[in-house]
Amino acid sequence: MTGTFNQNLSVRHVRGSRWQAAFALATILAVAFLATLVLTIVDDAFGWVIMMDETDRRELTRDGVTLDAQNTAQLLATIDEHLSPRRYRALERELPFADRGRDDLYALVLAEIVNPEIAETYNLFESLVSAQAIKAQAAEEYPEGLLVFRSWVNARFLLAPQSAVPLAAGIKTAILGTLMTILITLAFAFPIGIGAAIWLEEYARDSWLTRAIQVNIYNLAGVPSIIYGMLGLAVFVRGLEPITSGAIFGASAAGDTANGRTILSAGLTLAVLILPVIIINAQEALKAVPGSLRQSSLAVGATKWQTIRYHVLPASFDRILTGTVLAISRAIGETAPLVVIGASTFLTQDPTSIFSKFTTLPIQIYQWTSRPQAEFRHLAAAAIVVLLALMLSLNSFAIVARNKMRKQKRF
Amino acid sequence: MASFIVYCYARFCKKAGTMKHGTIGFYPEERLGRLSFRRAPRPTERLIQAFLFFCAAVSILTTAGIIVVLGTESAGFFKEVSILEFFTGKEWQPSIGKFGIAPLFVATLTTSLTAMAVALPLGLAVAIYLAEYARPRVRETLKPVLEVLAGVPTVAYGYFALTVVTPFLRGLLGQENVEVYNTLSAGLVMGVLILPLISSMCEDALSSVPGSLREAAYAMGATKLETSVKIIVPAAFSGIAAAFILGLSRAVGETMIVALAAGAGPRLTLNPLRSAETMTGHIVRISGGDLSYDSMDYRSLFAIALVLFVSTLFLNILSRNIVKKYREVYE
Amino acid sequence: MQHTPTTDRFEVALGSEESAYALETRNLNIYYGDSRAVNELSMGFDRRKVTAIIGPSGCGKSTALRSFNRMNELIASARTEGEVLFHGVNVYDPGVDPVQVRRWIGMVFQKPNPFSKSIHENIAWGARINGYTGDFDELVEDSLKRVALWDEVKDKLKESAYALSGGQQQRLCIARAVALKPEILLMDEPTSALDPISTAKIEDLLDELKKQYTIIIVTHNMQQAGRVSDRTAFMLLGDLVEYADTKELFFNPRDERTENYISGRFG
Ligand SMILES: Nc1ncnc2c1ncn2[C@@H]1O[C@H](COP(=O)(O)OP(=O)(O)OP(=O)(O)O)[C@@H](O)[C@H]1O
Ligand SMILES: [Mg+2]
Repeated sequence: MTGTFNQNLSVRHVRGSRWQAAFALATILAVAFLATLVLTIVDDAFGWVIMMDETDRRELTRDGVTLDAQNTAQLLATIDEHLSPRRYRALERELPFADRGRDDLYALVLAEIVNPEIAETYNLFESLVSAQAIKAQAAEEYPEGLLVFRSWVNARFLLAPQSAVPLAAGIKTAILGTLMTILITLAFAFPIGIGAAIWLEEYARDSWLTRAIQVNIYNLAGVPSIIYGMLGLAVFVRGLEPITSGAIFGASAAGDTANGRTILSAGLTLAVLILPVIIINAQEALKAVPGSLRQSSLAVGATKWQTIRYHVLPASFDRILTGTVLAISRAIGETAPLVVIGASTFLTQDPTSIFSKFTTLPIQIYQWTSRPQAEFRHLAAAAIVVLLALMLSLNSFAIVARNKMRKQKRF
Repeated sequence: MASFIVYCYARFCKKAGTMKHGTIGFYPEERLGRLSFRRAPRPTERLIQAFLFFCAAVSILTTAGIIVVLGTESAGFFKEVSILEFFTGKEWQPSIGKFGIAPLFVATLTTSLTAMAVALPLGLAVAIYLAEYARPRVRETLKPVLEVLAGVPTVAYGYFALTVVTPFLRGLLGQENVEVYNTLSAGLVMGVLILPLISSMCEDALSSVPGSLREAAYAMGATKLETSVKIIVPAAFSGIAAAFILGLSRAVGETMIVALAAGAGPRLTLNPLRSAETMTGHIVRISGGDLSYDSMDYRSLFAIALVLFVSTLFLNILSRNIVKKYREVYE
Repeated sequence: MQHTPTTDRFEVALGSEESAYALETRNLNIYYGDSRAVNELSMGFDRRKVTAIIGPSGCGKSTALRSFNRMNELIASARTEGEVLFHGVNVYDPGVDPVQVRRWIGMVFQKPNPFSKSIHENIAWGARINGYTGDFDELVEDSLKRVALWDEVKDKLKESAYALSGGQQQRLCIARAVALKPEILLMDEPTSALDPISTAKIEDLLDELKKQYTIIIVTHNMQQAGRVSDRTAFMLLGDLVEYADTKELFFNPRDERTENYISGRFG
């Protein structure tokens, strides 16, 4: 044997550090994607806009006071002067002008007389970096236009219903729809999910039935969400229409237009969708409870249910809660199954009951994103900001609740 | 009727209650009496157990529901369209009665494979970095960040694809080469969506390789890279394969990104720069419109959904079996 | 109370001395899957005595002990054949309620396992679910005094049981079992996780408790068995090798294997 070793150590080390850099880079890239995603959304949710007034608000200066500083009397005078008689009578009938407050009148003047339209929008980044260029462009191309910095997420946006006019459009209906849908989802998925987990972890003997149910749950967790939409469409919207439309409860007034495409159907569909996730998470939580706790309870003559109710559940509740919040977050963001079961594409009326037609935040985002105009893109971004904020606050609430419970657990 | 049941139940409970302790004293010295050890009926307890079993059975009902719904509606569909035509036809044009799934299926494959081409190498690299190189502090911070990435609603990813990635691609490759809707953009963004799944599954696989194997490699004078890439990764191969398969299943079923960014109209093309509609995208677009329940359009959606269901189910089961195997090998 | 003769085979005459033993096993076989952990165990436990079970690790002591109040059922693979008679009732009869069995045959575990509740609630909970109608504060105080823990914890009854030391926790667990006034107390190496002082306290406690209860204790510590028990059983590989008065067994073992074990030659 005359082999020699050619270790080539330095080459190997160089190669090693190059690849290490590559691995680190990949990780940085992954995080960068997240950052880009969030930044784009924020970028689109704020920025300069150029608004063109139908009636230039500078012309509405009265007694040397600009429009936004005018008092009730001045605003009333403006309305008298500019509003068409027919529109005036209609509004008067809604609520007499004499009874309206200053802010209401101001909003009226803006919407009815000034009636701004968006001519151009800019992203936050552009707005910050090239403010001068934007100002120059605005002055040149839209001498009549008004350049203002707009937060697309604002109080009006949160409180106004959907509208075809981008400046007036809001997400109140969608927020209400999301909240009501999620409550229904929670009301069904939480007890059933926890119940199933308890049965599987505490009661089930190892039999073919148990194994079948367990495997089945894992499989369900992997079924694409759109399939659940198809299931919801066939079962809740069509099959159970008398129930989900509220017809058998005499809710026909709300139900006559919604058919089965109601908040109830949406909530049930999402409940079925997140059930496997809740079950699997709750099972993990129950598995983490030490057997000695069960033994000590049974040894003092507690029944199985007493043991579960007073010892196992309290000991695992923090984890169950965390798992449930994760599942609910997922449900809040779901879009496809709700489109399939027939979310309303343009809904201006707030839901009044669980038998109302529905739209949700993700549906609204989907609608706005698929429009080509830039204004709608900003609206979509603003709605995403709200959706993410909702999910974030839900998660932080859960974390706080869990930590509190952890502290009490030691008691 | 209901009140009768409540009444009977109350009677039953009462009887059970009196049997619990008899009149036996609590202290040993007072305890001269007879007590039955006969199994108490505990109706509440049994009712609860029955309810819990019902909860578990709901999952079976769900599966049965999916199979029955997809099965019956598809059966109606296949009465009018032959299965052969469905799988071999090259055109999907419901308005003229052409139901060949190929365009939808190919689009699904294009987007999914694009996604995997992004997610697998990146996800594996992230996993190797996290499992083999990163300091614990870094790992503990990065993992939740990636989880957040996975928690962002897919409709936001769709928004991202349409408003950022597509314009970027069009700028890079030329407006005339890249259509406004294209499968490349959807696929790339979907890759980012799936990346956290892949990286966490791969990390599981890598860290379940026994430490002894690692030590053996180091002891032979292998460098860290050689150990990771030539010893650990191959040892974790089945886990990585499982991650790939599960990721693929996720990509095939993913809807909102393709619905927003890939295109709205079936087209048989392999060119990722052109628009095409995937199976999921088609279902969402058609069911989002006004759809009458007794039309072929309606039934055809269920036939597509059946294909989707069967293929994702197959991939999921495959992936889980692989994971189970490698767990058995190392435990 | 009068003893009314009855034919109910589930009826137990608590406090009576009708049967010769407090607890008796007959041909008890316990399996885990296919392997047998206890072979043909037949023995009787005297009333108001401490009986110790000794033997090398893995010989089936815990398995046997857990089978006396049907705690073995919690292990999915475990299977029991034969009889365990409690006042003439076979606790393994399919018609018998395991909850009732465990309520009257209490158990203390090797590792202290208090509930994650307050000290007060640890003791009161078992009594409450078993329908105790008396004064709970009194019961808690009484039970804690019996295990000599009262003085140490009387000012923090509302605090978590986890705030106690290991030895205190173990005494709390004994108090928890004692609070139910069971007929029999099963203890599986109750002092193995404790320091000598806590151990001594618990040993004193056993002397006190045996005035009222029948106690069966598993221990690895032969000095302990010698100190606290009246009778001792020696097990080996699932078999009961020798069962005699403690002094007899330690000073005059009949079986060679017993002698080897107690003189430390194996195990
Ligand atoms: N849960 C279980 N599953 C399967 N086998 C078990 C289980 N528990 C105990 N065994 C087996 O039964 C036999 C007796 O175990 P047991 O715990 O009764 O021993 P032991 O005498 O209490 O030992 P130690 O002194 O170490 O506590 C052992 O061979 C053990 O491996
Ligand atoms: Mg033991």
